[in-house]
Amino acid sequence: MLKIEGLRVELPGFALQDIHLEIANGDYFVLVGPSASGKTVLLETIAGMHRVSTGHIWLDQRDITGLEPERRQLGMVYQDCALFPHLSVAENIAFGLKVRGRPPSDIARQQERLVRLLDIGPLLARRTTRLSGGERQKVALARALMTDPEVLLLDEPLGALDPQTRENVREEIIKLHTELGLTIIHVTHDFEEAVAMGQNIAVIGAGAIRQVGPADEIFRHPDSEFVARFTMAVNVFPGRTEVGPAGTSTFVVADARLLTRSTVEGPCWAAIRPDSIQLVATSSEAGPDNRFTGQISRIINKGSVVEVTVDLPPAMTCLLTRHGFDQLDLAVGRPVCLVVPPAAVHLFQD
Amino acid sequence: MSKHPGSQLRGKSRGGGQSLNWVFTLLGMLILLFILVPLFKMVFLSNKQALGQALLDPQTLSSIGLTIYAALIATAIGFVLGVPLAYLFARREFPGKGILEGLIDLPIVVPHSAAGIALLFVFGSNFLVGRGFKAVGIQFIDSLAGIVIAMLFVSVPILITSAKESFRKVDVRLEKVARTLGASPWQAFARVTFPLAWRSILAGSLMMWARGMSEFGAVIILAYHPTVAPILVYQRFETYGLAQAIPVAAIMIMISALVFIGVQTLLRRRDAGA
Repeated sequence: MLKIEGLRVELPGFALQDIHLEIANGDYFVLVGPSASGKTVLLETIAGMHRVSTGHIWLDQRDITGLEPERRQLGMVYQDCALFPHLSVAENIAFGLKVRGRPPSDIARQQERLVRLLDIGPLLARRTTRLSGGERQKVALARALMTDPEVLLLDEPLGALDPQTRENVREEIIKLHTELGLTIIHVTHDFEEAVAMGQNIAVIGAGAIRQVGPADEIFRHPDSEFVARFTMAVNVFPGRTEVGPAGTSTFVVADARLLTRSTVEGPCWAAIRPDSIQLVATSSEAGPDNRFTGQISRIINKGSVVEVTVDLPPAMTCLLTRHGFDQLDLAVGRPVCLVVPPAAVHLFQD
Repeated sequence: MSKHPGSQLRGKSRGGGQSLNWVFTLLGMLILLFILVPLFKMVFLSNKQALGQALLDPQTLSSIGLTIYAALIATAIGFVLGVPLAYLFARREFPGKGILEGLIDLPIVVPHSAAGIALLFVFGSNFLVGRGFKAVGIQFIDSLAGIVIAMLFVSVPILITSAKESFRKVDVRLEKVARTLGASPWQAFARVTFPLAWRSILAGSLMMWARGMSEFGAVIILAYHPTVAPILVYQRFETYGLAQAIPVAAIMIMISALVFIGVQTLLRRRDAGA
C-alpha cells in the first residue's frame, strides 16, 4: 500500500497542502484535476523529485519520504514519454537495469518478456525520434516496467495522443494493469478518462485533495462545488432545503422547488447531472413531482449528444441523444417541460 | 479594381517582401565584405614565399605552437571548472544566480589590458594568491602559466555560456526519468545529460580555444615572454613593418578559420539531430 500522510511540498509560487491518500496494492488510482492544480507535482513528489516540507510517504510500511528517486522502486511515464533521444528503443528499455549493473542475460530476459507483452519487437532497433505517439507510449511503458516497479506513475499518458491511438494505449495500459497486477497512479485533467480507467479517484484542486473515493461515488456524489463543477455536473446551485411534514425534503433555488432524496438540511448546494434530467416537448404543467416548464435559451450540438439549456429559472441544462433531439424538433425560445427525478438531486454542504 | 482583393493584398505583400529581401541583402553584404575582405586578402594575397618562410621559421613555429598549447591548457582548465558551473546555472536556483550569470560574462566586455592588470593584482608575486602559487613553484609573470590564466580569464565565459545553454536545452524530465529508473545523479548526468549536451559543449570549447589563441591585451600585461603569436605579430609589425607581420597573421587566421569551420559543422550536426 502507498500511504501519504499530511504531505506538504513548497515550490516557488505553489504548494501542495496537507495531502492524505491511501492507495491499495493493485489499485488503478487516478489523480484528476484541472491545469496547475498540482497533480504532476504530487506524482513527482511520490517519485522523489521534490523535497517534502512536512508529512510522510509510506510504501508497504517503508518510509520513503527522504529516499532518493533511484531507491524508491517506482516507475514513471510522462505525457510525452521522455524517451532518451540519443539511445535506440532497445537501449531505452534496457537503461534501468544497465545502470543497476544487472548482467546482460537478466536484461535480455526481462526485455524479451516485456517486448512480447507490449508487442514492440519490430521497434527495438529504431531511434526513438522515428516512433509514432502510440509506439512511444509503449516503449516508455516497457522502459518503466523493466525494473519491476512497485508502483507505476503515469503522467497524462493519453494526453498527447490522437483519439484512435488513445483508445489503443488505454486498452494496453488496462491490459498491463490486469495481467501484471500493477499498482498504478494515473494523472489526468480529463474526468471522463478518470472514470473510464480508475477504480478509485482523487480530485485535486489548488494543491489540495478535494475528494477521494471510488470512481462511481465521485461521479454521483460530489461533496463540494469545486468537485461538482469539475466532474461536469453542470447544474450546480446554491440554495437551502426545507423538510416537509411528511419528512420529505425539498431543495429551494430561485423559483424552483426540487424534491430530493438527499437528507442535507439548511443552506447547501445541489448538483444535478444533465444526463439525469428528462426533457418533454409537451406543454405539461409544472407539478409537485419535479416537473418544470420553461423556454429553451441555448442549444449546443456536441455531435452524438446535444446540450439543451432551459430557463426555469434557474437555468438548467440537460443532455439529449442526437436521435432524441431530432425527434423532439426543438429550437431556442420553444417552451418545454423538464422532469428532474428526486434521486438525481444530490445535495452537499461546501 | 481587382475582383479578388485578397490576391491584391498578397501581391502587395510579395512586393514588400522582395524589397525587404533586397535591402537586407545589400546591408548584409556590406558587413560581410567588411569582415571577409581583410581576412581573405591577408591569406590569399600575401606573399607566398614569405608565408613559406614563416612556416619554416623556428621562432614563428615555436610561437604558434606555444599559443596553441597554452590555449589548449586554458580550455582544459575552463572545461573542468566551467562545465560544472554551467550545469548549476542551467539546473539549480540559488540566491544571486542572476547576478553571477551576468558577472561571468564581464571578462568579455572589459578592456583586455585592464583584465591583464586585474590578473596581475591577484597572481603577481607580490599578492597573496601569486605568493601561494610561487611557493609551489608556479609563477605567472613572463611564464606559460601567466599566458594560460590570461587566456582562461578572457575566454572561459564563452565555454560557460555555451555549456549552460546546451544543458538548458536538455529536457529536465529526461534526468528525472533516469533517476526513477535507478540512475544516481552522477549516472543521470553521465548517461543522459552530458551525451545530449556534449556537441554544444565541444563547440563552446573550440570557440574558447580559438578566442584564447587570439588574446593579446591580457597576455601582454602578464607575459610578454615567452612570445605568443598575437604578440609576435605585433613585434614583427613594430620592428620590421607590415610585410614581416603578415605571414604570421595569415597563419593565425587560417588556424582560426579551421576551428570555426569545425564549430559550425558540429552545431549543424546537433541541429540535424545526428
